[in-house]
This record gives sequence, structure tokens and C-alpha cells, in this order.
Amino acid sequence: MKQKLVIIGNGMAPGRALEKLFETAPEAFEITVFNAEPRVNYDRIMLSPVLSGEKTYDDIVIHGDGWYIRHGVMLYKGHKVVKIDREARTVTSEHGAIAEFDKLIIATGSSPFIIPVPGHQLAGVVTYRDLDDVHAMMLAAKTGGKAVVIGGGLLGLEAAAGLQMQGMDVTVLHLMPHLMERQLDPAAAYLLQRSLENRGIRVHCKANTHAIEGEKRVTGVRLDDGTLYPADIVVMAVGIRPNATLGKEAGLSVNRGIVVTPDMRTSDPDIFALGECAEASGQVFGLVAPLYEMAGVVATNLLGGAAEFHPSATATKLKVTGCDLYSAGDFAEASGREEIVLRDPTRGVYKRLVLKDNRILGAVMYGDVADGAWFFDMIRRGVDVSEMRETLIFGQGYQGGSAMDPMAAVAALPDEAEICGCNGVCKGKIISKINELGLTDLDGVRAHTKASASCGSCTGLVEQVIRLALGDAYNPAAIQPMCACTDLGHDDVRRLIKAKALKSVPAVMQELGWKTSCGCAKCRPALNYYLVCDWPGEYADDGQSRYINERVHANIQKDGTYSVVPRMWGGLTSAQELRAIADVVDKFAIPTVKCTGGQRIDLLGVKKEDLPAVWADLNAAGMISGAAYAKGLRTVKTCVGTDWCRFGTQDSTGLGVKIEKFMWGSWTPAKVKMAVSGCPRNCSEATCKDVGVICLDSGYEIHFAGAAGLDILGTQVLGHARTEDEAIEIIAALVQLYREQARYLERIYKWAKRVGTDSIKAAVIENADRRRELFDRFVESQKYVQTDPWAERVAGKDAHEFAPMATFALPHAAE
Amino acid sequence: MNAMASEWVEIGPASEIPLRGARVVKAAGGDIAVFRAADGAIFALRDKCPHKGGPLSQGIVHGHGVTCPLHNWVISLETGEAQGADKGCAPKIPVRIVDGRVLISAVALTSRAA
Ligand code: SRM
Ligand SMILES: Cc1cc2nc3c(=O)[nH]c(=O)nc-3n(C[C@H](O)[C@H](O)[C@H](O)COP(=O)(O)OP(=O)(O)OC[C@H]3O[C@@H](n4cnc5c(N)ncnc54)[C@H](O)[C@@H]3O)c2cc1C
Ligand code: SF4
Ligand code: FES
Repeated sequence: MKQKLVIIGNGMAPGRALEKLFETAPEAFEITVFNAEPRVNYDRIMLSPVLSGEKTYDDIVIHGDGWYIRHGVMLYKGHKVVKIDREARTVTSEHGAIAEFDKLIIATGSSPFIIPVPGHQLAGVVTYRDLDDVHAMMLAAKTGGKAVVIGGGLLGLEAAAGLQMQGMDVTVLHLMPHLMERQLDPAAAYLLQRSLENRGIRVHCKANTHAIEGEKRVTGVRLDDGTLYPADIVVMAVGIRPNATLGKEAGLSVNRGIVVTPDMRTSDPDIFALGECAEASGQVFGLVAPLYEMAGVVATNLLGGAAEFHPSATATKLKVTGCDLYSAGDFAEASGREEIVLRDPTRGVYKRLVLKDNRILGAVMYGDVADGAWFFDMIRRGVDVSEMRETLIFGQGYQGGSAMDPMAAVAALPDEAEICGCNGVCKGKIISKINELGLTDLDGVRAHTKASASCGSCTGLVEQVIRLALGDAYNPAAIQPMCACTDLGHDDVRRLIKAKALKSVPAVMQELGWKTSCGCAKCRPALNYYLVCDWPGEYADDGQSRYINERVHANIQKDGTYSVVPRMWGGLTSAQELRAIADVVDKFAIPTVKCTGGQRIDLLGVKKEDLPAVWADLNAAGMISGAAYAKGLRTVKTCVGTDWCRFGTQDSTGLGVKIEKFMWGSWTPAKVKMAVSGCPRNCSEATCKDVGVICLDSGYEIHFAGAAGLDILGTQVLGHARTEDEAIEIIAALVQLYREQARYLERIYKWAKRVGTDSIKAAVIENADRRRELFDRFVESQKYVQTDPWAERVAGKDAHEFAPMATFALPHAAE
Repeated sequence: MNAMASEWVEIGPASEIPLRGARVVKAAGGDIAVFRAADGAIFALRDKCPHKGGPLSQGIVHGHGVTCPLHNWVISLETGEAQGADKGCAPKIPVRIVDGRVLISAVALTSRAA
């Protein structure tokens, strides 16, 4: 008979204990887990990036449903345990599920503390602990409005930053004279406050909450001094309290938390307490690193081992993008302690070390946190620093003469140096796993060592260790920076533009730390496109960030003249249009007229000064720009279809014209070319286009991701439509998904290869709601772009583009 | 002719050149590109890329540089030199700003070897 193990709570600590257990003895127990939260095990630490929109819930799941099934674990989701019967050796959930145990782990975590001021039970008052809280905050943020966060500690500030990134107007109320008083002195807190205020978060210190006001829902927060902050949501983040009630009711020894001996057993030797609910050596814990150590001890001891847990120093980081704050160890003031402090307010850097007897007890860093791991390592090892006292605060790079490069610094770390604080992974472990398992990348190291798998703030350091182990063989090419102006890749930039609601090129460069004053010819057009795509109607196009062709709506030629291509919808033209073209050619002495490969006519060699006049004449005959220069919709080629062809099955010409009239003017990451053929003979060459339609008796086969330029590639079938309207909806949804996801200059076939055609089909074919949403967003953005750029310029827009600033005639020289 | 060597000719207010942009001055000695960088600094170069003669005035202006529209050479506005691995120089044209008005050297307007 297998022993029965029951776990109450499915948080981060027991999740880790199970992993450890399965590593050594996957079959040892029959396991039942009860979780009050109706979900699997997820990375609670990463709730802040979910709140800010930088990650999704799916990104932070640690063990999905499949994991429990594979390991034969019975997981009761949404079952809060209400009773432990130590006589009968059973636990009972509020829904009446009963499980017997031989061994029990209580891992109920903590609960947020709620200050019992009047109004604290009003709707709209939330805490910050689990996914439900995050959803409540995100819901409130959807309608904009005002948020008040009570509590200026780590959690409160992460909540504030997240809500602000979601577009709320945020005020932080903090009881103490300055923010994060446990970690920071007033000067450092001032730097932090300034940086939060710069991003638009109001901070009110010495704020004593008097009452939360409102009838049914919260409307504001009133302070003791009478100040009123209007609020649509109030987040209480003033501290946590271990969930020890269940243990107490079961008669276990409980103090602040459930008291455990160093082997993690409670006063009942078959019952362990694990995580934030446990009190070990008189301490309770609120960070995962010690909890993960506890988890290892519990797993070992369940299998008959004799491991012990002894608390050691912990380190923590503030996870607010753009605010670097690191603190480690103990930095309270006490007698016999000394401090070394470095301040550089202009660079926004602050570092403080607390020492006793020449050993570092605590370290706080703001602005420049690169040496965090080095200091933390010395704290844990109790290194005597008397030799390097004078340069200590400048960091590892300054020890022993000239500044060390970061790789040398990592090379110099001892094997025991901790790299990942959350998971307690040291340098030696990473290197030995890489060698043992032949790991070659960050994902592999994450999977096998857990390093950087929790809060992710040590990712850079882990990558350096990998580089150290693998030398140049390691290529973190995963992220190719957009250009030399930034280290961020296109995807990160796109994500952050949305998450931080950045709405101008300078705002992107400022917020994302661009290294150049105003970008370069690579990043500026890309950023301009991303902003055009993400904020239709709101963003003011930056002409100076567009390539010349898109700035003047014609194609520059090798001699500095331009070519002009008017639209011919679906390749159709008329005597009137042809006559107007012929007149324009004569009037402006245009040297070359050519049929393009895109079923229309190109007028080549037009002088720049003549462009507006040429356009005026073409406009007068009803023609608009063919956008032959645009990263946007180019041509929709068609064949003659049922109108004339003896094989035609549908009106391919008509459908092509409809598509072109609906989609012209749209900006896309790279050019988009389409074609519609009336039957599978495919005379419009639809099967090598970005998007193609093949008409059949039964409807329309929609193709995509073909190429016939630098690469040759046949299309794939995206799906089938029965009507023209359905075909157009699918095509617009596809193009909108491409607009939102692709990197600048990435053609549809490359994007599809990168994100996988299955994910595209899932979004625009299988999921009708998603398709409709994409379609609606496309329609919305079309509202702002279907104005003929030629007509605008004929009317005087950007006149400076087409006229010289001054002209000095030749005779001038001869005078 | 000698008198002109010291002369400056006004071409218009600096504000008529878009920030991070350029305008062309047509002259007997060949087109001149007058640039206004993001920081407001004014530069002038012969409007001819040292690579294959592309019109630099049509390029994207960034920092104190411009990327040629034809094949993406990056030219320094301060010196006219091609940056990076590319070699070549677009002749620099002397400019002055007086009360927000842009003046260029009269010699440059008439002679090719500015
Ligand atoms: C005019 C035209 C050639 C012609 O005389 O027929 C043409 C002319 C140019 N093509 Fe093209 N392409 C033309 C049809 C095509 C086609 C055929 C088609 O559209 O069915 C292709 C293959 C399909 C495709 O798009 O992949 C084509 C693939 C390219 C490529 C390769 C793109 C790729 O990703 O593989 C480039 C280079 C680029 O875009 O970076 C290019 C670039 C160019 C540029 C814009 C080169 C440049 O940067 O100056 C040429 C501009 C000439 C001008 O000023 O008008 N052109 N080009 C055709 C205009 C079609 C139109 O009505 O708008
Ligand atoms: C927003 C946020 C950010 C954080 N950031 C960091 C960070 O950067 N670094 C860091 O080290 N730590 C961070 N923490 C703290 C860290 O998440 C916790 O220390 C850790 O999750 C605690 O793990 P646990 O397993 O003890 O408890 P929890 O993860 O809280 O899990 C307890 C689970 O037990 C369930 N439960 C409670 N009572 C019962 C019952 N009677 N029956 C059944 N189930 C029950 C609860 O629903 C909960 O799911 C953060 C916490 C939050 C909320
Ligand atoms: S194939 Fe296209 S890009 Fe090449 S020379 Fe012809 S028109 Fe120009
Ligand atoms: S002509 Fe300027 S880069 Fe080629």
C-alpha cells in the first residue's frame, strides 16, 4: 500500500516540494492536493508583469493540468480545506471532499492584511495576492479612472506601476515619511519617489488613512488631515499575515505562524508546515528563496531523510520595469553597525552597505544594481572586506585595479556564488548541468536548474554564466536588437509600446532607454509604423521618420526623379483614365511609361517639383495613389473570371476590386500584395502572393504566405469561405493579425513561419470571436487612413517637400 | 568675384527646414542640401551622395547624420564623410545662422569645388 500524502494549499512552496519529491521518488506517495484558488500552480511572483500587461497568465503557469495528470496527483481546485481531523487522519474541504492522509503538508501561505478603517468592505477595495485580485484590478483599469494604492512597500509599488501602465491615474498613500522605509533611507527613497512621479504616479507619504468613502462602491479615500483622493479602485498592500488558523484549530503549536522544528515538522510529527504559513527559528518569511529551501527539506524528510532548514539572508528586487532596486540581507540600524553610502543623484544612483566587524550584513542598491549578486554572495559567506573597504562600494569591477568587464566579473565569482536568488541556484550548479546535459541555451538551463525561472531578474547573469561555460558557441540570438540604438528586440518594443501606452517616437525612446538622441534610419520607420498600427486615430504620423518614398508618396529613382503609379482597381482601367495618363505624360514630358508586374501603369522619371501638378491631373480623372512605394496594401491582381472566361466560377475581378477598395490605404509591416483567380488555373498568380483567393464552385479558397520575390514559395491554404463577405472578413482579420504581430519589414510568409501557421489559423479561422475582433480593429483603423495622400498634397500638405528653399539662377555667377 | 568670397547669401529662416529634415537650395554650382538636426543645429552639404550621387536631402536625418535614400550609406552632417566601412565625402558647404536666418557661402552657390 502506498502512503497517502495530502497537501493543503497549492502555492509556490508545495509546488517546488512536489518537484523535488518526483525527482527522487516519483512513485512513493498517493498524492492529493487541495487548493482554495480554483487553479493550477502558477508563479505568484510574476503577477506584477501580468497586471502591467507585460505577461499573460498562461506565461506564468508553473505546472499545467497535464503535469498533475502525468504524476497521478489528485488536485482539488477551488476546494478550501476547513478541517483537519488529527484523530481520524483526514482533511475536509468546504465542498465536503474528504481525504485521508498518512502524511500532511500545510502550505496555506498568507493573507493580505486589511486595515479595518470604515469602508474597507466596500466593493472596489481589493488586495494584491492572487490572480483574482489582478483580474479585479485589470477590469477596473479597463475603464480608466483613478486608483489609490495604500502601502508604499514592494507590493504596493508594483501594483501602482502595473495599474499606471494599464492607463489608470494612480496615487500611492504611504503611512511612513518615505517609501520602502524598511529597505531605503530617505535619500534613496527620494530617488525612487522621483522616478515614480516622473512616470506619472502621485506619491503621498505620511498619509494616515481615515476612511474609505462610498455608498456601495468606493468613491475615494479620506486621510486624517481631511485630504480626499477620489478613487474607482483601492488596493490595500499594507502587509501579510501567515494563514495559521487551520493549524491552530487542529491543536498544533502556533505562534505568528505554524511553529516548525528545523526538519519542518509541526508539533505533530506526521504534519509538516511549509511556506509563508510556517514559522521556523522564530521567523516567518515572505520571499520564495527560503520557501524553496524549506520545500527541499520537506521532500527529503518525507522520504525518510534528515535535512534541516536554517534561515539565511534573503535578497529582493523591485519588479517595476525601469526602476532598478535591489536589497539583500539585513539593513536595520543597530549599535556596532557602520554604513558605506554612495550617492549620485544626477545619474539616479544610490548604494548603501551595512557592515559589522568588516563583514557586510546588508546591501541596498538603486539605479545601478549590477553588483547585487556579488554583494549578496559576500553577505552569505561572511567575507571579511577590510582589504577592499575603500573601493568596496564601487563594486566588483573596481577591485584589483582597473574596471573589470562583466564577463571577467562573472568568471571571478566562486562556484558557490548564488546566481538565482529565487531558486537558490549557484554558479557551479549551472555550469555542471550545462556540461552534464549538453545544454546550449537559456531555456535549457531554466528547465534543468530553475535558474532565472521565477522572477527572471537574474537572466542577464545566467546568460553570462552560460557564455562562460560554452564560450562563443553560445549565441543568445534569441533576441536580436532592433538596431544599434537599443538592446531590445522588435517584439519587446511592440509589447512595451502597448503595455506602457507609449504614443510618440520620443516617448518610446525615452521610456525604453534609447542609446541615441533620436534613433536611426532603421528604428525610426519601425517605431513610426508600430505607433500608427497600435494607436489608430490618436498617433500623429511622424513624416521625418518615414523613408522618402512614403514621405512624398512616390518612388525615388536612381537619378533623384520619381515614379508615379496610380491605382487601377483590380487591374481595371478605362478610356478616360488612359486618356488622362496620356495627357499627363505629354504635359510633363515624362520619359517612360511602363506596364508594371502588378497590372497597372508606371510613369517614370517625374521631377519632384512636378509631382503635385501631376497628381492634380490624375486626381481630376478619378485616380488616386497606387501606394507602389508603401509598406502597405499594394496591388490586388485579378483575372477576368465569370465576366468573360469560359472556366470562371466566381466574379474574381469584382471580388478583387472590392478587396482593394476596402483595404487600400492600410499600413502594414511590409508590403502586402494580393490576387484573386477565377478558377484553379490561377491566371492572376494568386498562389505566390501574400494573400491569394482561388475561386471554386463551392466558394473561395483563401491562401496566404506565398512569395515570389527574393524567395519563391507557394501559398498555404488558410481556410474556405462560402461568400464574398466571409472571404473579406477572413482576409482583413489575417492582415490585422499580421499588422499587430509582425516585425517591421517582415513579409507575411516570414511572419507566418516565425509564429506558426497553426496559431494564425486558430485566430482567424477557428475562433470566430477572435476573427471578428481583428476584423473590427482593421475597420477602425481604416477610418483614419483612407484619404488619398496625393489629393492632400495637391491641397498643400507638406508643400515644403516639393519646393526648393531657394533658387539661384546660373547667370548670377556670370555677373 | 573676389568680393563675393567673403559674402554670405541668405536663403531663408531656419524654421522653414523641418526638424530632423532637410531642404534643397538650387544653385548654379549644383544642388545644396541644408539640414536641421533634432537639436536645431544647421548643416549644409552638396546634395550628392559620395556613393552614387543619391540626393542626401531626401534621406532620414538622425543625430548629426543622414542616411542616403538610395543605398543607405550614412553620411556625417558635421564632416560630410561616409560613416562605418563606407568611404567617401560629400563636400561641406559653409553655413551661418544670423537671427534665425540661414546664410550660405556665396562661393558655394556658384562654384562646384566648394
Ligand atoms: C514597377 C515594378 C516593376 C515593373 O516594372 O513591373 C517594381 C518595381 C520595383 N520593385 Fe518590385 N516591382 C514590381 C513588381 C514586383 C513583383 C510582382 C508583383 O507585384 O506581382 C514582385 C514579386 C512579388 C513580391 O512582392 O515579392 C516584386 C518584388 C520586389 C522585391 C522583393 C520583395 C521580397 O520581399 O522578396 C523588392 C525589394 C523590396 O521590396 O525590398 C522590390 C522593389 C521594387 C522597387 C521598389 C525597388 C526600389 O526600392 O526602388 C522598384 C521600384 C520601381 C519604381 O520606382 O516604380 N520588388 N516587385 C512592379 C510594380 C508593381 C506595382 O504595380 O506596384
Ligand atoms: C504580487 C506579488 C509579488 C511578489 N513578488 C515576489 C518577489 O519578487 N520575490 C519573492 O521572493 N517573493 C515575491 N512574492 C512573495 C511570494 O509570492 C510568496 O512568498 C510565495 O508565493 C509564498 O508561497 P506559499 O506556497 O507559501 O504560499 P502561496 O503561494 O500564497 O500559496 C498558498 C495557497 O494556499 C491556498 N490556501 C490557503 N488556505 C487554504 C485552505 N484552507 N485550503 C486550501 N488551500 C488554501 C491559497 O489559495 C494559495 O493558493 C510576491 C507576492 C506577491 C503577491
Ligand atoms: S527587378 Fe525590381 S528592383 Fe530589380 S531592377 Fe527590376 S524593378 Fe528594380
Ligand atoms: S547613392 Fe547614396 S548610398 Fe548609394
